[in-house]
Amino acid sequence: MNGQPQVPSEQPDPMSREELVIEAGGSDYHYWRDLWRYRDLCEFLTMRDIRVRYKQTVLGLGWALIQPIVTTVIFTFVFGKLAGMSSGGVPYPLLVLAGLLPWQLFSAALSGSSASLISNTNLISKVYFPRLIIPLSSMGVALIDFAVVLALYLCASLWLGRLPSWHWALLPLFILLALVLAFGAGIWFTALTVKYRDFRYIVPFMLQVGVFISPIGFSTSVAPTWKSLLDLNPIAGLIDAFRWTLLSDGQPFDTHGILCSITISILLTYSGLWYFRRMERTFADMI
Amino acid sequence: MPAETIITVEGVSKRFLIGHSLTDNTLRDHITHGFKAAVRRLLTARANAKVQEEFWALKNVSFEVRRGEVLGIVGRNGAGKSTLLKILSRITEPTAGRVRMIGRVASLLEVGTGFHPELTGRENIFLNGSILGMRKAEIVRKFDEIVAFSEIDQFLDTPVKRYSSGMYVRLAFAIAAHLEPEILIVDEVLAVGDAQFQKKCLNKMGEVTKGGERTVLFVSHNSAALQSICSTGIWLNHGQLAGQGPISVCLSEYLKTGHQQASFLPPASGKPYITSVRLNPQALAEGHIQIEVGFKASAPLSPPVVGITISSKFGQPLAGCNGRMVGEAWNPGPMCSGTVIARIEHAPLHSDRYVLSVYLGDANMDFDQKIDVVEFDFVSSRFYPQMPPLAVIGQGDFDWRWSMKPE
Repeated sequence: MNGQPQVPSEQPDPMSREELVIEAGGSDYHYWRDLWRYRDLCEFLTMRDIRVRYKQTVLGLGWALIQPIVTTVIFTFVFGKLAGMSSGGVPYPLLVLAGLLPWQLFSAALSGSSASLISNTNLISKVYFPRLIIPLSSMGVALIDFAVVLALYLCASLWLGRLPSWHWALLPLFILLALVLAFGAGIWFTALTVKYRDFRYIVPFMLQVGVFISPIGFSTSVAPTWKSLLDLNPIAGLIDAFRWTLLSDGQPFDTHGILCSITISILLTYSGLWYFRRMERTFADMI
Repeated sequence: MPAETIITVEGVSKRFLIGHSLTDNTLRDHITHGFKAAVRRLLTARANAKVQEEFWALKNVSFEVRRGEVLGIVGRNGAGKSTLLKILSRITEPTAGRVRMIGRVASLLEVGTGFHPELTGRENIFLNGSILGMRKAEIVRKFDEIVAFSEIDQFLDTPVKRYSSGMYVRLAFAIAAHLEPEILIVDEVLAVGDAQFQKKCLNKMGEVTKGGERTVLFVSHNSAALQSICSTGIWLNHGQLAGQGPISVCLSEYLKTGHQQASFLPPASGKPYITSVRLNPQALAEGHIQIEVGFKASAPLSPPVVGITISSKFGQPLAGCNGRMVGEAWNPGPMCSGTVIARIEHAPLHSDRYVLSVYLGDANMDFDQKIDVVEFDFVSSRFYPQMPPLAVIGQGDFDWRWSMKPE
């Protein structure tokens, strides 16, 4: 440029340097690699949300316990005592809590992820990172709350004299399934909420309805005629699987329900990823 | 051998749809819009009645940046500088065109992005560092250095909501200053924070760039900062590339543009009024301030008196004068219209942004005033490499004479 010959000073190996191409329509090439590269961010965002949530609260993580305990008491009273539904020999509170676990994991992950982009607009308009990090980090938050309630369940189960069986070994798989299901639905709603703010009101409403159409307060075995209809709700299969694992009450494993859940989860996640990636390019312009 | 090209920008354009993003944000709007559009299409033959207005924030911008180059981007507000930086930082996508970059990119469009007030300084270092693209191991490695640079060590475990704004900014900058990308994109972030710390950050940035490895894109309204940090520049005007070259040429070309003028319509009152205010760009580029004020009156003004004040960008008046106060020195005779020229040879000011206010009157009273009518960047011909910040020494650059008193 200035006409003087420049000494090539310790040129880095050109092969080791990445090339980045930005153009309209974008390329997916770097996306998944970037997602992996930003995994620390995912962790820090999760930690941020957890710390912030319980800062300046007296009970701290105790709050994660209050809701399931109260719900368990109410459901036990309403379904177990008032309606007199059968629990199949299991203490009714355990039946409710085992159903509540996957439901809470799902609903916390879903509501957290669908609101996540809107509550992080400052990040989206100022820095680049794969946007999927944000709904993913809210999965982490839901998972930590879940772990607290799971510990509660374990204590209650031991107290009532029930030891974990080998079924517990499958628990991680079902947790993963719950997360995938929530993630699939979550990213759909995340992307839709950015475009249509209506979904901020739709999601809580859907979750409220979900409490009643999912077999949380009762066992699916009390309504065998409705079983195939119930299986269309992917949470139903999931709840059954959780009960089979946690209660180990001798009920047969419900293959049909879990297959329905898996199929719906995969479809939701696959299409959700497609829609999210399509919308992602315009998030910064819309937010 | 010239350094290799690190950034290639080819024909980049960005279009925004005005109205669309504002009104279509709820499902109801979308449905009603869609419904109305459908009805309109049924009722009228013209199907494509345009609801949205297009706005091109950038249009066909192309340039190249070589390795180790520090490129300054100049232009008025709304010229597309921020949009360009957002495209280069991958926050938003171009509507058309292509950008090729080689190496790790980090961008700093805001100080302390993602800082959470409830979290402690320590927690925010990790959070903000990872938001800026650092790996956890990298942050751990640089942690002590960041804390030392920020000078906040005794408040490390205090939530940042209890920090003073100065501490907040220092911490944020300290994190950003320890990024080690091959390409660094920096928006107008040096405008905040206390003066000493700004200086420290400028030095830190300068240090790194002298290594020759890092390529920096830098947007600022601070001409002095641009001149001292950047080697080359591009100048954006209404979303288009208006010029490029060495930063000094770019800046002076940019400052020469005719934007430093304003014209006015007659007021309803029929009183004498200021028709135009213009800052002569040619003179400005040479370090003189020449203000040309046009006026019009129904009855002759005897004499027409123009007053001018120069203020800092924060509104602090720095200097002012009018034809009335100079007495016999201003005596042009009665006049109904004309242009009064006021000129300061080699204006004794440091490089910074200034604002003009203009007044019109006659020998006894004022008739019209235009407050903060023209804003301009002044580039001083004098350059002091070790100058303290303007917030410390002020904008006046008087002709100081230094000597020793003989013993």
